[in-house]
Order: sequence, then structure tokens, then C-alpha cells
Amino acid sequence: MILIWVALALAVCVPIAAAAGSEQLAWRGPVYILAGFAGIIALGLVLIQPLLIGGYLPGFSAYRGRRAHHWIGGALALAIVIHVAGLWITSPPDMIDALTFSSPTPFSPFGVIAMWAIFTVALLALLRRRLGLRPRTWRFVHIPLAIVIVAGSVVHCLLIEGTMETISKAALCALILGVTVKAMVDLQVWRKRRTLRGESVARQ
Amino acid sequence: MTMVVLSRRSLLAASGSALATGVLATSVSGLLLPARADGLAPTDSMSGGANNYRKGAPVVERIGKGGFWMSGTVRRAGDGAPLAGQRIQIWAHTVEGQEHEPQSHGATLTDKDGKFRLEMPQIIPIFGQPHGHLAYDSGDFKTVFLRPVMRSAKETSLEAHFVLQSA
Repeated sequence: MILIWVALALAVCVPIAAAAGSEQLAWRGPVYILAGFAGIIALGLVLIQPLLIGGYLPGFSAYRGRRAHHWIGGALALAIVIHVAGLWITSPPDMIDALTFSSPTPFSPFGVIAMWAIFTVALLALLRRRLGLRPRTWRFVHIPLAIVIVAGSVVHCLLIEGTMETISKAALCALILGVTVKAMVDLQVWRKRRTLRGESVARQ
Repeated sequence: MTMVVLSRRSLLAASGSALATGVLATSVSGLLLPARADGLAPTDSMSGGANNYRKGAPVVERIGKGGFWMSGTVRRAGDGAPLAGQRIQIWAHTVEGQEHEPQSHGATLTDKDGKFRLEMPQIIPIFGQPHGHLAYDSGDFKTVFLRPVMRSAKETSLEAHFVLQSA
């Protein structure tokens, strides 16, 4: 049981610690460093999301897992805002190129697409009740966007040459992909008209 | 009636040859543009090349403490003649400063063979790629901004080549 938590802590903290030891930091300003770490933390949060919704974290009931998924989603959106704002302050022309899809760096569009997917999900999650989105409609919107977020984030970070150490970065990315696929298979997200775990709880 | 059987292998082979033809056609048409039938096409500015550009960086012996070499050539479009005395501006994020900071910028002039070489501090990865910036911006020819990327952050030199066309 506890092993899962230890593995999760290692998967998220080892890449952060390795990046904190990067010699690149010596030549970066504080805002750039903050922006970089916001990105690394965001990647860690992307791993936690499918773990929560798949019910793989011991100690979290379906209801609490879902609540935590909402809060972590909000934290993810915030981390991305810090990431983008910090990079903008560090080098405005490079960030503008990235946001307008005219950047020479191949990883930029993946990050920007994942960013918009994250913002879209966060906004829709906030407005879900007000818009009266049914669970089925919500899943129909959220699941494709979740796939875009996971794939975009993983490709984005793998192509970047920065403070992250290669092996811990690749391991975190592999875990994200693995857990996402497992959660989607376990929850059979492609099936229509299926009451997902916890939905009945939410209605009560 | 003819049956076309598409195996994966034949599909791969076909798309491969189509790709090769496409590449070949592109390079050939690049060489055969009517305006410069005998020659060398001008270098286009690279995307992001002008980022953090500062106008009028001074010609210097060396940027900062050096340790890294930026070199290249400047030639004329068409006949490919080397262009001497051309001012090339160079800047990058290095161990001594960020890209936008004045001490990260400098310029040098090409020699009689159209070659330039400027020592500068070690370039380090910034915005995900270890890269440098170069500009030709003196006005006699069309302005060109280049943004070459190092194959590895450990490399201690980088090259960029200009082919300029009349302004």
C-alpha cells in the first residue's frame, strides 16, 4: 500500500531534485528558474491526475480522489500560468513566438497545445454545474483533452534541453503514459452509457 | 480489371521514393530559380533569429572572457563571391549573461575571404535549445537573422553562413 505512495513521491521528487542540482541554474535568473520549476512541478501533477481518478492511490476513496483531482487540476493550471508568465518575463520574444506557433523550437507547439487543453478543462470544470453538463457530455469533452494534455506535456518536456536530468525525466514521462493508459483501460472510457466509479456517489 | 495490392512493404517503399522525389524536386527547383540561374540562393532569416536583437552592437576583439568560437562565412548571392569587411553581429545566452543583456552582444568583420570568427563566452541552453544568434544588418544587403543550434550543449564552437542579396 505504502509502496505506491513512496513510488509516487520518488517519481515526482527525484526529477525535481535532479533539476535542482543542474549546473544550468548558475546562469539563470530567479524568474527563469521559477518558470522552469513550475513546468517540472506541472509535469509531476500530470502524473498524479490519472492516479487519483483511476483510484490507484491508497487512502483516497472514490469521492476524495475526485475532489483531489479537481484541486490538483487547479494547481496544474496555476503552475502553467507561472511557467508561461515566468518565461515571458525572461524572454518576451521567445514566448510570443511559442504562443503564436512561430517558434523555431520543435517542443513549443506541444507545450502550447497542452496549455490550452489544460485551461479548457479547468474552465469547463469550473462552469460544469452552471452549464449543466451531464457526466456523459463531460467525459466526452474531458477525455480527449486529457489525452492531448498527457501527450503534449510528455513530448514537450522530452524535447527540451534544459535543467531536467534525462533519465529521471524519461522515467517520469513513461510513468505518466503508463498510468494514463491504465486508467483509461480500467475505466473503459471509450464505452458509452456506463456509470463510472463514483458517479453514483456524486449524485447522492 | 487491375487489382492493386498494397502490402505494408510496398506502401513504405512507395512513400519513401515519393519523399525522395519531393526532396530532390525541392532542391533542384531551389537551384533553378530563373532570377539566379547560375547561382547561390540567398540565406533566409531563421524564425526566432531576431529575438533579443540589439541594434548597433560594437565591433569587439572578443565578447567577455571568451572560450567559445562563433565562426562562418559571408558570400554574395548568385556568384557566391566572398564579401570582405562585412559586419556580423553575434549574441547568445552565455555563462556570462542572458541573451538580452548588452554584455552578451558583440560584432566582428569578415576578412578578405569573407570569413569571420569571434570568441565569446560558452553558450548554454536557453529556452530548451543551446543556440546562438547572428545578424547581418548593415544595410548594403538585405538584413538576415540566423539562429543556429548546437548539436550538443558541450560543444565549444558554432558556425553560421550568410549568403546575402542586394537590398
